Amino acid sequence: MVTKTVTVVNAQGMHMRPAGLLAKAAAAHKECKVTLNVNDKSVNAKAVMQIMSACIKCGSVVEIVCDGAEEQAVLDEIAGMFEGGFGE
Amino acid sequence: MKKYTGKSVYSGVAIGKISVFKRREADVRRVRIDDIEAEKARLEKAKEQSLNQLQAIYEKALKEVGEANAQIFEIHMVMIEDEDYNESLNNIIENQSVNAEYAVAVTSDNFAAMFGAMEDSYMKARAADVKDISNRIINNLLSNDSGSEIGSDKVIICADDLAPSETVLLDKDKVLGFVTAFGSSNSHTAILARNMNIPAIIGVGSDFLNEIKDGDDAIADGFTGEFYVQPDPETTELLTQKQHEDEEKRRFLHNLKGKENVTLDGKKINIFANIGGVDNIGAVLLNDAGGIGLFRSEFLYLENSDYPTEEQQFTAYKKVLESMAGKKVIIRTLDIGADKQVDYFNLEKEENPALGCRAIRICLTRPEIFKTQLRALYRASVYGNLGIMFPMITSVQELTEILAICEDVKKELKEQGVEYSDSIELGIMIETPAAAIISDKLAPMVDFFSVGTNDLTQYTLACDRQNPHIERFCDTHHEAVLRLIEMSAENAHKHGAWIGICGELGADTTLTETFLRMGIDELSVSPGFVLKVRDTVRNIDLSK
Repeated sequence: MVTKTVTVVNAQGMHMRPAGLLAKAAAAHKECKVTLNVNDKSVNAKAVMQIMSACIKCGSVVEIVCDGAEEQAVLDEIAGMFEGGFGE
Repeated sequence: MKKYTGKSVYSGVAIGKISVFKRREADVRRVRIDDIEAEKARLEKAKEQSLNQLQAIYEKALKEVGEANAQIFEIHMVMIEDEDYNESLNNIIENQSVNAEYAVAVTSDNFAAMFGAMEDSYMKARAADVKDISNRIINNLLSNDSGSEIGSDKVIICADDLAPSETVLLDKDKVLGFVTAFGSSNSHTAILARNMNIPAIIGVGSDFLNEIKDGDDAIADGFTGEFYVQPDPETTELLTQKQHEDEEKRRFLHNLKGKENVTLDGKKINIFANIGGVDNIGAVLLNDAGGIGLFRSEFLYLENSDYPTEEQQFTAYKKVLESMAGKKVIIRTLDIGADKQVDYFNLEKEENPALGCRAIRICLTRPEIFKTQLRALYRASVYGNLGIMFPMITSVQELTEILAICEDVKKELKEQGVEYSDSIELGIMIETPAAAIISDKLAPMVDFFSVGTNDLTQYTLACDRQNPHIERFCDTHHEAVLRLIEMSAENAHKHGAWIGICGELGADTTLTETFLRMGIDELSVSPGFVLKVRDTVRNIDLSK
């Protein structure tokens, strides 16, 4: 299991678009569990509606937890998406 | 005539016949099934179909409303594959031995309710997205097509609500506008309507659908959010005219946005906008003005019940500068007195306020007020491309005094370690005959002139512009005024300053050519006139 802490930089927080991109990327790794710990909640990063309903605002601190096949590579990819503001 | 009022999400006027949007209402029943695996396979097939349809919608949207707006359908595809959503579907089928349609309907309600209960209005509106994807799966399970057929005539679509996919699937060539009973301005449907340039009104209330029928004449006024069914002749005439005006404006927008302000023979000019508050910035950008040629700072004083603080002013100026992203913003310092009175200034009642203590005269009498404004302006200057303009100048002495105060303010800021921009342009209004006549002496002291034609005309012709009885003596094209402008332009250029016009005359297109021939460098007009003036400029040939 590997973890990394990132900060949400998107002005509107994890609204539909970044949430969708994140879930799509996470779901591509079937053998690796991806979880977000944020606001005292644990969110399955492969479930777009869970991410959206967690109401993750700009500036929120998110701990990404990857557990499974190629976990470090998956972690780097997901962390990179957060840091790059999901291309916004 | 019946009138309904809702919220406009896109302006414009739609006049035509009503078509009531008929959605194939999926009639979902709970049915016990025996073969759970077969039911799951049915569900998978319907989901697969849904994904294919969404891919096609995505591609249509990509062409019609652009990638940023089409993305919603990509996200809808991700939602169909949402782990929690699918877990719920499969659990319901397995544990209750029920049909897939029922499982989707229940899951849809649960997820929609979860979003609906959220505080954030954006998230609340996501309930519509859940329902949209769920209805699509259900319709595929039932082998229904989900859309409503529109006949060959152009119509105003009336519906309880429209899902984003339904909105995009509407044939744009046949839809004049749409009106819905529900919906929020945050919904993707509203966003899509804006991008499809269709007049749209939402939230007119649920009653209206019972009171209209296909083929009724109707008018949707996307400017006011008003929807008229069976309109009377006066309303029809009024709104037809509004529609024509709007169409002309749109034609301008379409043809002239992004184009240069250049005459047929290649002479370029700046066309900027005049605004009176932070709220008008949207209109400036919409009309493609090259900058702000006159930002009236009075609103800060008029809206307050006491002197606005440096911080308050700084915040407002910073916002304007940032919103204009490096384009020129000329802010005029306080211009009250005369017809603009503010109680807390406790100005004495004057016999003749137009010739009284107004504008720069107040600032030079009470320099502490002036300094607060200048400090706020200098501090904000690092956030954009600022020009500062002083009103009601009549003499070199006044200007010398003003420039000395500016130097004081700069020195003070430097000592306090506060940053300000080195490239602020300073200019004066030419709105008194005195300033125009001594413009040769004023020009070397400033970076620019801006002619305030309203006051210049009033002072030159000794005509109160608010007195209707002398209107015929107040010739706005009077040669005396034009000569003063020409004289100012010559003197400005002789001393390396530029000159603009920010009064109403700047938008008078019968004078645009005259101004260009005088060498005027900038015209600053109300945002709504920017493109009209641009159009005029582009049809002028100065070589003839």
